[in-house]
Amino acid sequence: MALARTYSVALIGITGHVVEVEADIANGLPAMIMVGLPDTALREARDRIRAAIVNSGEEWPQRKITVGLSPASLPKRGSWFDLAIAIGILAAAGQVPRAALDGVMFFGELGLDGRLRPVRGVLPAVAAAVERGFRRVIVAEANAAEAALVPDVRVVAASTLAAALDWLCGTPGLRGGRPAAECKGSQDVLGEILPDGPVTATTPQTPDLAELLGQSLARRGAEVCAAGGHHLSLLGPPGAGKTMLAERIPTILPRLDTAAALEVTSIHSVAGTLPEQVPLLTEPPFLAPHHTATKAAIVGGGSGIIRPGSASLAHRGVLFLDEAPEFARDVLDALRQPLEAGEVVVARSGVTARFPARFTLILAANPCPCARAAGPAEGCSCSPTMRRRYLGRISGPLLDRVDVKIELEPVGRTELLNDRNFAESSRTVALRVLQARERAAHRLRGTPWRLNAEVPGSELRRTWPPAPGALRVVERSLERGQISARGVVKVIRVAWTVADLAGRPRPTRDDCDMALGLWLGVRR
Amino acid sequence: MRAKDILGKSGEQAAAEYLEASGLRILDRNWRCADGEIDIVAVERHALVVCEVKSRSGMRYGSPLEAVSRAKRARLRRLAVQWLNAHGVRFDQVRIDVVGLVYEGTGGFTIEHIRGVG
Repeated sequence: MALARTYSVALIGITGHVVEVEADIANGLPAMIMVGLPDTALREARDRIRAAIVNSGEEWPQRKITVGLSPASLPKRGSWFDLAIAIGILAAAGQVPRAALDGVMFFGELGLDGRLRPVRGVLPAVAAAVERGFRRVIVAEANAAEAALVPDVRVVAASTLAAALDWLCGTPGLRGGRPAAECKGSQDVLGEILPDGPVTATTPQTPDLAELLGQSLARRGAEVCAAGGHHLSLLGPPGAGKTMLAERIPTILPRLDTAAALEVTSIHSVAGTLPEQVPLLTEPPFLAPHHTATKAAIVGGGSGIIRPGSASLAHRGVLFLDEAPEFARDVLDALRQPLEAGEVVVARSGVTARFPARFTLILAANPCPCARAAGPAEGCSCSPTMRRRYLGRISGPLLDRVDVKIELEPVGRTELLNDRNFAESSRTVALRVLQARERAAHRLRGTPWRLNAEVPGSELRRTWPPAPGALRVVERSLERGQISARGVVKVIRVAWTVADLAGRPRPTRDDCDMALGLWLGVRR
Repeated sequence: MRAKDILGKSGEQAAAEYLEASGLRILDRNWRCADGEIDIVAVERHALVVCEVKSRSGMRYGSPLEAVSRAKRARLRRLAVQWLNAHGVRFDQVRIDVVGLVYEGTGGFTIEHIRGVG
């Protein structure tokens, strides 16, 4: 009888799948039946949509309404489909011309009063819609700026169901309220958001690397990590500046390029952590989860809607684990897979979600549980066994993936004063980091990698070996058993970053020795 | 008689006339037993039709058709069986229908007849 189709998107992880919403109105007692694996929130849509339609001044069809969401095997969750279902029902009832629905996607939750509310994950959903050939999307006003980031799509921002209907029927303002408006294209939006200079702009309020006085080695280590994407571990007594250093690493990271910014924004959009009025995240994210965080909070998960965890939210940015030994061991070990693969795979019955998770890991730890400064004079009462056990909570395989290890010493007064003249500002270091990254990207052009840390060992040794003889000290360490064969590869990787920072065409012996020092760092 | 009962009575009368006009033969009206009451029992070809009549004075509280709940339909099915047993007859098909009436003033009703509601 009366049938209409609308389209929306179901998100699994940050991958969008187009969902066809069919509304059928048949003779029978008034009822609304929803089929196609809806969850509770979606089942509740029945009452929400009815109230929204009636309160928008439209007529609720007093017939038997069947709403089917296909593919039926795909789990569909949340209030996401409200608008698509409401429009589908009204189109089936003949209140909206069916031709107006061609190539239009609908995203939005309806309030009982017919208001269109924003939903999470609009950016990846619109991207999926465009990929499948849809060229128009109707979203809530609060989602419009985010949706408009996707190229080649006309975004219509509607404040209410009535406004959306008016737009579809071509009768703006007929049903009252603010008429729906089309947003400007993505090119204009991206142009406004992404400034020309790729270096992070530092305002006086933002922290600066120069504030970390007396820790020149630590600052150097941070620079190397930022330039090469290497993971970093910081060991030192409280007050030495571990947290301070970690917090300043984002200030020396280059801004995200457009592709990375869209990727990062997609993840944060799904997580619902996008700040308001900021449709596109252009600065590398910095995530510092508390050490009581669960595995699901770190790698992602949750029953029902699978949310990205800190590891994914830190994609293309920094994941900082302060007091790393205090984290549950299984939480730390869960990070091994994303560290290796650059993505998190969360499997649940029915669905498997993938989230990108290519982050720079920074671990910070006290040298011992009593957390007093080390050395007999400073009053640490921990036995060597206790210390070993404490740091042993960070498992070997995890620590093995950390390329740069730095031990921070408490800073004395003279060092503080002396360093005042040498400490470089974040701006200076960021410029060097950017140049080093560009050098690496240029060298790695034509490969899937962009950072030195991403290059696989075999490829590294074959295609990009250091200068002849440069590895002499490293090889001696290998013979002495100080470093494993895998360690050598890691040292070469860091050596390349050191060379990139110095602007040398390939790592010299000094670069390799520097890298070896950073790799050995803390001896356990 | 109270206003709602007058509305109900005249609604049932209008429904019966409407059903007869559409070709149903009415066998029984307001048949009662311990479990409840069937408003109209009728025959259409080989089917026994147990018909519930709902009348409303307006749409303020929703359509009369909406007032026929799942529980009400289940009771109508039980009543149909009891009616058949009480009269000792058998039919090929038994159907539950609903007639919804909305009072439009000056004695007229808007009538909707839904066949086979379960």
